Parts: sequence; structure tokens; C-alpha cells
Amino acid sequence: MKGGRGRLRRVLDLLQEFYDAPHRGALARAKQEEDDLFMLLVFSEMMGVPNPASYHTLELLPLLYEEFHAWHLRMGMERSPLDHIRCC
Amino acid sequence: MSAIFLVALGLGGFTLGYVFYSKFISERIFRLDPAFVTPAHAQEDGVDFVPTNRWVLWGHHFTSVAGAAPIVGPAIAVIWGWLPAFLWVVFGTIFFAGTHDAGALWASARNQGKSIGALTESVVGKRARALFMIVIFLLLLMVNAVFAIIIARLFVDFPSSVIPAWFVIAVALAIGWLLYRRGVPLLWPSVIALILLYASMFVGDAFPVALPGAIAGLDVPAQWVLLLFGYAAVASLLPVWVLLQPRDYINGLQLFIGLGIFFAAVLLASPEVVAPAYNQNLPADVPSFIPLLFVTIACGAISGFHGLVSSGTTSKQLDKETDVRFVGFLGAAGEGALALAAIIACTAGFASRLEWEGFYASFASGGLGAFVQGGGSIIAQGLRLPQHFGETLLAVMAVLFAATTMDTGVRLQRYIIQEWGSIYRIRFLTGRYLSTAIAVVTCLALAFGAGGGAGTGGLLIWPLFGTTNQLLAALTLLVLSVFLMKLGRRSIFTLIPFGFLIVMATLALLVQLRQFWEREQYFLVFLDLVILVATIFVVLESLGSLRKTWAERGADSGAGGAGGAGRP
Repeated sequence: MKGGRGRLRRVLDLLQEFYDAPHRGALARAKQEEDDLFMLLVFSEMMGVPNPASYHTLELLPLLYEEFHAWHLRMGMERSPLDHIRCC
Repeated sequence: MSAIFLVALGLGGFTLGYVFYSKFISERIFRLDPAFVTPAHAQEDGVDFVPTNRWVLWGHHFTSVAGAAPIVGPAIAVIWGWLPAFLWVVFGTIFFAGTHDAGALWASARNQGKSIGALTESVVGKRARALFMIVIFLLLLMVNAVFAIIIARLFVDFPSSVIPAWFVIAVALAIGWLLYRRGVPLLWPSVIALILLYASMFVGDAFPVALPGAIAGLDVPAQWVLLLFGYAAVASLLPVWVLLQPRDYINGLQLFIGLGIFFAAVLLASPEVVAPAYNQNLPADVPSFIPLLFVTIACGAISGFHGLVSSGTTSKQLDKETDVRFVGFLGAAGEGALALAAIIACTAGFASRLEWEGFYASFASGGLGAFVQGGGSIIAQGLRLPQHFGETLLAVMAVLFAATTMDTGVRLQRYIIQEWGSIYRIRFLTGRYLSTAIAVVTCLALAFGAGGGAGTGGLLIWPLFGTTNQLLAALTLLVLSVFLMKLGRRSIFTLIPFGFLIVMATLALLVQLRQFWEREQYFLVFLDLVILVATIFVVLESLGSLRKTWAERGADSGAGGAGGAGRP
């Protein structure tokens, strides 16, 4: 019985994989675009773009700090655009 | 002769081809190595590069390459009789398609998972790469136009397919929402979706939908073509998870179920093949089968499109290099099986030879209509279902294949236009909406330009589409040959298919050019000429790079000999 259930699980995993795999790349890229926009919103005040929500996004900074380096590279900036964030 | 005999012969041939020929190619030519670290492992990123179970990978590969094309081609080509189509599908699949698909997969895996376009640049040169982009763009243009016309024709001829074909969009939207927004596991939505899909076929059967009639000078097929492109434009702009992903998935399931149902029905009904083996009573407008057969059936025998899939996505997910044989050769065999099903439906699904000849009264008159009607009657006999239902089932299957291809095709075309916009710094081309509009308008121009206002004559471009597809396959085979030569291996097994395809494609273009000219279809004359010029460049480019590689090899091989079998 247990073997049968394990096999069913395996078949379901394969089915899920069959659903996910062909579009994994496209979805990840779409998610990244959204995340990049989000980064821009969070860091906008520091780059001189007024953002009324910046007081509230302040507490997100430590969470996003680690991704900052990869983000500015993706945005085509070789060095950190912000003086006080020296990631590279 | 019973159709079971053809099934046994065809599937038996694929099996022998897999057991012997693919083993030979994999071990002696590609020399697949289980210890080789594939790009999926070397560059694993959890997104594009993911080692994938070979069964799942084969499932994707097969469902991405299988569509309406391996059905339409054979359905038109049996007009020359079942034997030429059958032989081309079986031998083409074994000796051409298998090597081509698996070869593209292998070469890509050996080059960091590069696509065949990028490989062309590094193996042959920049000009060949540019040629490649043009051929791909033409291919997409034609596939979208042809498929819209095909679906429109099916909607008109089989109005019972309209409700299920559109209903499946709602089902797909629901699945996408349940999975992504609600996090529901996949099993139950899949089961329910399939039940709903097949139930909707009964509804469609009971309530056939036909558009009222000509509006503003546009007849019914033309209206469907416009509606379909409206749909494709919207669908290609939606996020992937909303519609495309669940739609692809339902299609995949449906493909396996449909093939299973069809072959089971053939076994149970054991229909007789009524079409002649070689048709000596050809209608007046049918050209000679050499060279036209080899471009009318592209997918199902060999198709360049497979190389794009092999090298574009499949190669990045290869777990072990030895899986190339399983995924590549069996992917081609799956496509061959679909083409075989189409041949049987179109030659054994009719009561008498007279009825068959009635259907094949002119060159493009058979097509999907014959497949749906013939296959429907086989399913009806075998599974004791009403004839109508069998027809609806196959019509919906064909519509879903073609519509998903359109959705993806318009999306890809938009990407190409956006890319051109950014390369040549034309800002307005980079926008999503405008680039989609341009893609759709060019496709519509082709659909109407080729078929006139009726939109139904557009199947005239089917052989042109096949020719372009073969041209792409030839380019891929050329890249493979050069790559093999550079490794010091025997390239004869890719060079022979390459030579054959180039000769047939060129002859087919010349034959069609004359036909279009005589019929005063100048738009098609222009299109034919564009493809002919591309072909000539492919030939020149090929000869140049082959000669260069040959000379280099001669210079540094010395005692190595021409075979080079003993070299790494």
C-alpha cells in the first residue's frame, strides 16, 4: 500500500514538473521584472525621486540590501549608484 | 489492406530505427558520454538550466514539437497515394528527423546549451546567423497565417468544434488561477479540466455554432481569421501563467489521450485502406510528387522547427548526455506516429475509393477536413461512438494544436520585432503593444494576400511553409556536419539528409514559382522569390564553410584519414 502511494506521489511530481518546466524561465523573468521595479520604488528616494511611501519602505532596506548589488548590475550600472551603499 | 498492417509496419519501423540506427548514431557518431557534465548541471540556475527527468523532458519536447503541422502535411500529401507519404514519414523520421533532432540537442549540450542560431554564428559565421533569423521570421509569419486559415476552415466545416475550442480557454484560465493564486495541487484541476473538455464536445455537438454570413464584404472564414488574430494578440500579451501555460498543459494531455484513442480505434475497427498506394488518377492541378511531397510533409518526416526546440530549451534541461538518444530520437518518433495517424485517417477512414477521390478532387482540398472526417469515422467504428462525436473530437484536437501554436507564434514574433527595435534603436518598435500589432498585421496581410478576401485559399502557402521549414532543417544539418567535421568524425549521416533537403527545397521552390506565375498570384511569386534567395545564400554559405572545414581538416589530419573514427 505504501509503495503504491509512493508511486502515486512520484507520478504527481512528474505531472507537476510537466506543468512547470516549459515556462519556468519565462515566469522567472517576469517575476524578476516585477522585483526590479519594486527595488526601484524602494530605493527611489535615495536616488532623488520623491516617493511618499519611503517612510514605510525604509524597514525593507535591510531585507533588500543583499540583492542590491545584483540589481544595480542588472540595471546596467557597474558601480553602486548610491554613495552610502558600497556593495562593490 | 487493413490499416493495422500500416500501423504495425510504421511503429515497427520506428522501433527498429530506435534500437539500431539511433544506437549507432549515438555511440559511433555523437559518442554520447554518461560522464559528460551537461549544461543543466554545469550552469544550473533553477530557471533555464534545470536537470530534468528524461521522461518529463521527452514529454515537453514531444508536446512542443507536435502540433497541427504533422497532421496537415500528410493529410494533403496522401493525394499522391498512401505509399509515398508513408515511406517518407517512416524513413524520414528514422534517418533524417531522429539524427537532426538528437543532433541539435547534442551539439547544443556540447556548446553550453547555446541555441542553434548562436551555434550557427560560432560554427559557420555571422552571415549564416543573419540568414537564420530571416528564415525563422518567415517561418513564424507563415505558420501564424496558415494556422489561422486552417482553424477558420475547421470552424466552418465542423461548426460543432466552435464551443469546445473556445470553452477550453475558460478552462485554462481557471486552471492558471487555481494553481497560481490559490495554490491548488495539480491533480484534480487536471482531471476536472479533461472531463469538462470532453463534456463540452458533447455540448458543441448538440449546439453547432455558425457565424451568420458575410459582413461588410468579409465572408465567414475571413471573419474567423480576424477573430482568431484578435484572440492571438490578446493571448500573447497576457502573462504566461494566466493562459499559455495551462493551455499548453491541457494540449499536452490531450495529445497523448488523442493519440491513444486513435490508435486504439484503429486496432478495434481495423479499417481497410481505400486510397490507392500510388494515385495514377491525379486531379489536374496536382504537381509531381518529386519534389513537392518532401516539402508538403515537413513536420512528421523532418522539420527545422524541432532543432529550435531541441537547442533552445530541451538542451538546457538534459540530465545526462546519454538522454539525448531517448529524448531526441523518441521525440521524432512521436511526431512520426502522429503523422502516421494522419495518413491512416485520410486513407482508411472512407467507405470507398470513390468517396476518397471526391475528397481529394484538387490539391489543397483534402487537408484537415479529410483527417477529421476520415479519423472521425474510424473512431466512431472502433469505439462505437456517433460519427459526429468522433469528428468533433478530432476537429477540436486540431484546432487546439493550431491555436496554441498561434499564441506562441505571435508572442515570438513580437520578441523578434522588439529585438530589432532595440538593435537598430527604433524606439517605437520596442513597445509591447505596437510590436504585437505589427506582428498581427503582417500575418493578416499574408493570410489575406495569399488567399484573397475569402481567406480560404491560404493553404496554397502550405508547401512554401514546408519549404522554409526544410530550409531551416538543412541549415541545422549543415551546422551539425561542420561541427562533426571539426571534431574529426564522420559527417556523412548529416550531410546526405542536408543535400537531399536542399535539392528538394530548391526544386519545390522553382516548381511553385512557375505555378504561382501562371496563376497570376504575384504576392506568392514575391514570397517564393524571397525564400529562393534565402536558399541560394544557404547553399553558398554551406559550400563555403564545408570547403573551409574540409581544407582545414585535410591540412591537420595528415595520417588521420577521412573517417577519423579513431580520433577523439
